[in-house]
Amino acid sequence: MAEFLQLVFSGLTIGAVYALVALGFTLVYNASDVINFAQGDFVMIGGMGTVFLMAAGLSLPVAAMIAIVAAVLVGLLLHRLAIEPARGASPVSLIMITIGASIFIKGVAQLVFDKQFHSLPAFSGTAPIAIGGATILPQSFWVIGGMFCVVAGLWLFLEKTLIGKAVLATAANRLAARLVGINVTVVLALAFGLSAAIGAVGGILVTPITLTRYDVGTLFALKGFAAAMVGGMGNPIGAVVGGLLIGLMEAFGAGYLSSTYKDAVAFVAILVVLLVMPQGLFGRRAVERV
Amino acid sequence: MQQTAARRALRAAAVVTSVTITSALTIGPSLAADPIKIGSVLSATGPASFLGDPEQKTLKLFVEALNKKGGILGRPVELVLYDDGGDANKARTFATRLIEDDKVVAMVGGTTTGTTMAMIPVFEDAKIPFISLAGAIEIVEPVRAFVFKTPHTDKTACQKIFEDMKARGLTKIGMISGTDGFGKSMRAQCMKVIGDYGITALVDESYGPTDADMTPQLNKIKNTADVQAVLNPGFGQGPAIVTRNYAQLGIKLPLYQSHGVASKSFIELAGPAAEGVRLPAPALLIADKLADTDPQKPVVMDYKKSYETATGQPVSTFGGYGFDGIQLLVSAIERAKSVEPQKIRDAIEGTKGHVGATGLYTMTPTDHLGLGTESFHMLEIKGGDWVPQDKK
Repeated sequence: MAEFLQLVFSGLTIGAVYALVALGFTLVYNASDVINFAQGDFVMIGGMGTVFLMAAGLSLPVAAMIAIVAAVLVGLLLHRLAIEPARGASPVSLIMITIGASIFIKGVAQLVFDKQFHSLPAFSGTAPIAIGGATILPQSFWVIGGMFCVVAGLWLFLEKTLIGKAVLATAANRLAARLVGINVTVVLALAFGLSAAIGAVGGILVTPITLTRYDVGTLFALKGFAAAMVGGMGNPIGAVVGGLLIGLMEAFGAGYLSSTYKDAVAFVAILVVLLVMPQGLFGRRAVERV
Repeated sequence: MQQTAARRALRAAAVVTSVTITSALTIGPSLAADPIKIGSVLSATGPASFLGDPEQKTLKLFVEALNKKGGILGRPVELVLYDDGGDANKARTFATRLIEDDKVVAMVGGTTTGTTMAMIPVFEDAKIPFISLAGAIEIVEPVRAFVFKTPHTDKTACQKIFEDMKARGLTKIGMISGTDGFGKSMRAQCMKVIGDYGITALVDESYGPTDADMTPQLNKIKNTADVQAVLNPGFGQGPAIVTRNYAQLGIKLPLYQSHGVASKSFIELAGPAAEGVRLPAPALLIADKLADTDPQKPVVMDYKKSYETATGQPVSTFGGYGFDGIQLLVSAIERAKSVEPQKIRDAIEGTKGHVGATGLYTMTPTDHLGLGTESFHMLEIKGGDWVPQDKK
């Protein structure tokens, strides 16, 4: 039982970050049909930015805020300089652009930051908390709790504010949204900025546990993408459930089967989902409207 | 006629390039004598630059100092340096150039195992001694007549760790290895020698080089009965996360890390969890903590001081490999009293008790590395710093 609990804690912690990345994918996908593979790099910018700002003498909350703002700026620039000029291109072309942007961000990060691994101090101590024979780090609560706060905040924003409703409307039908006077370009930029912020928050929360480096984004993007696919691309609840599921499956795979195949778990999950239920767990069945 | 002209131009270009590279080094008092040419192909840029850059600086510094003292056998030394950028193909091309155009008498270089392996056939065919600065044991096993190397191998590190475990009465261990090149190679080497020490590995786990959480694997080790210690061969951030997770799970068994993380950044990344971790490390890392009776102390301190004053950067073990490589060669040339490649080779093979920065070298016809486990010092991390465990 203790072993089972330990694996659950491990899976939920990592899964929460996958969920945040998947949430970012979902936001951008809904607003633009683009899968933004630079999503993982926002996680990196959040973590690395905070590390270097703290090294410059800022306190953790201030450094974290600035890092999030920086990630949002990068997200907006990505939209303005890479996605917007290619407006009208097919989603596949746009996806390729985001892969290029991801490589570019990593390259710049190597220059702006460095190529070493870095860590952040844990927010509230490093003494592990024992629960039922298993142990969990206080930082894990921050990660899981932070994830739920972001989800709640996002839900409030989308459901309770006019701008949020505009995002939802754009996601539902871009043409109709434009007809009722919603500036689709602004909504798109907003989606990129918001997804960058979410990624950066994930990066800041998880860096005390997993460490960070200029190239950690790739793995987060791949796992987050798997999470979004499993949950059903475009569904925020699916993203969260998918993220936690992938995290748990990885932990159980490594703990009960073999650690050699840990990374394969996420990709096997994508394959199974694509074969058995292409729309994902919570996704709408895609209907071609004529 | 035209062809010869073209060839001459090419040769001139080659000379110009090597002259621009080496000009800083050949300006010395004894320019009159014909210089002894020593070649070096290093990965001073590219992904392996963290290894190749300190090596290049070390070689340059050493040759400069050597020429100020009058060179070897009354002749100045000319270092012909090429940068392969970590590319094995380029390394091979430069190796051919060193032999055919520059006519070097010996070579010290080969930053990575990949570039070294690519260059070995070139030097073996030309019968020119080649002292490699790369890690893998494949370079000197099987022994090749003209190939030597200076860095420790993973095998030596494994032996050092197992010696220490045996001395502490730890015979049943758990392994958790990275699946990166370093972790894989070291795990394989450890498994080869583990039986010699009467130690058995009860669990053998692995993790990916980019994994962010190793608690599932460690939990498995924790729940395996009778495990007395844990060994983690790995490189990069993996071992730091393993160490953190180890503390998180409250595992009280002794944890051994490899020489792959013997740097201050490991202590920084692993944080307080690193307390009590043991690992083998070369003397350079703990230069100022070495006992005064240690034969390596003066060599290591000298090298550290001259490197750090000249470059303003902290000394690294990789530069130490270059330092030992060129020193072994110079001492061999002096003993051979000749620059005949065959005689230099024989003299390198006859190296006995050479005190280097990495360890004490004694070469034999069957051992072209010549380092024993005494070249590693067992360290324990206490209070965020290294504490040598040798004196017992």
